[in-house]
Amino acid sequence: MALDKNQIKEVIAKRVAKELKDGDLVNLGIGLPTLVANYIPEDIEVYFQSENGLIGLGPVPEKGMEDWHITNAGGQPVSLLKGGCYFDSATSFGIIRGGHVDATVLGALEVDGKGNLANWKVPGKMVPGMGGAMDLTVGAKKVIVSMQHTQKGAQKILKECTLPLTAKQQVDLIITEMAVMEVTPQGLVLREIGPDTTIENVVAATGAKLIIPEEVKSFGL
Amino acid sequence: MNKFITATEAASKIKDGMTIMVGGFLGIGSPPKILAALAESGVKDLTLICNDTSFPDKTVGQLVVNKQFKKVIVSHIGTNPETGRQMNAGETEVDLVPQGTLAERIRCGGFGLGGVLTPTGIGTEVENEKERIKVNGQIYLLETPLKADIALICGTKVDKRGNIYYHGTARNFNPLMAMAAETVIVEAEEIVEVGELDPNCVATPFNFIDYIVGGAE
Repeated sequence: MALDKNQIKEVIAKRVAKELKDGDLVNLGIGLPTLVANYIPEDIEVYFQSENGLIGLGPVPEKGMEDWHITNAGGQPVSLLKGGCYFDSATSFGIIRGGHVDATVLGALEVDGKGNLANWKVPGKMVPGMGGAMDLTVGAKKVIVSMQHTQKGAQKILKECTLPLTAKQQVDLIITEMAVMEVTPQGLVLREIGPDTTIENVVAATGAKLIIPEEVKSFGL
Repeated sequence: MNKFITATEAASKIKDGMTIMVGGFLGIGSPPKILAALAESGVKDLTLICNDTSFPDKTVGQLVVNKQFKKVIVSHIGTNPETGRQMNAGETEVDLVPQGTLAERIRCGGFGLGGVLTPTGIGTEVENEKERIKVNGQIYLLETPLKADIALICGTKVDKRGNIYYHGTARNFNPLMAMAAETVIVEAEEIVEVGELDPNCVATPFNFIDYIVGGAE
């Protein structure tokens, strides 16, 4: 049975959440990565940073309770958890670039077997800009790309990115609904496969050459 | 010294061809009244330094729609499709800068530094035509300072001398820009008496502020 769109997102977000450890400071990109916050195990504490100037990102306030001076990097109202704090943009990017963020979770248009990432520009078509993504990929201790494995059947995990790069050789881990893949000096290693799929399916949906170790675990919904 | 002016007076200080910095992140922490007056004024050929170009109907986004910029130096234009359209049509020059690099370039402008060495952008288009400098075995890009003729910032509470307190994430680029322009104008959401702000909560000291807009006019 194929997963529907929401299940795909849930599978990815849940699996990404397992990469986070107690006490980690984490920056989540806009879109799918944001969902990761919903699946943090209750027995650990993870702190979320938002690059517009806060640590301690909390839930979206109820309608009518928004404070438009407390927003996330998408400009939407959020709340600040007890013990959270605010700072200016230079401090925020000092936290990011300076290696003080334990993990960042970002989406991608393309990612490749060398750990290159492209997610800010499709020349002549869509050019949203890099925002904080180039600083995050250079500075975060662990860079996790989370996305659907393919885009309407087209491969996104390639031998080599074709779009302008956001980061050169900075990606550590790629998590999709089909697989968990680790970027290593030898190449892209398949660590786990997702629900309702096979190693053969993953290989067929992946443009980069996958190294298949003897043991490949599986992760579920 | 009386620093109070109206939003219209603030806008009238901005002349065709000037470079302006505008605080805010997707409009949060941008000065709405001054920007509305600037949109009204019709001044043009400006260069904008700001985190982003906001939304088409908000803050600096309206000025993009009005075609008041000849160039924008920002980290993100995705929320304002008009910026992308003008860029692709060759109407407006768009210089995209990584957000952390943008913050540091503005900080350099205000702090009297000749530039900053950053690893951000190595191996990407951002590297084009920039000097690479090796320090302790690591390669960095030399990023140069940014300054403006006028900075337009927004404070949540501003005392009559110009000390500024920012609430929540409205702080963002405002304290950096307050130091990096020839003339600095703050729009106050609330004006308070001198001495009312807790000095520990002042994020921008009054000496940087030339003019205050807001409160009772």
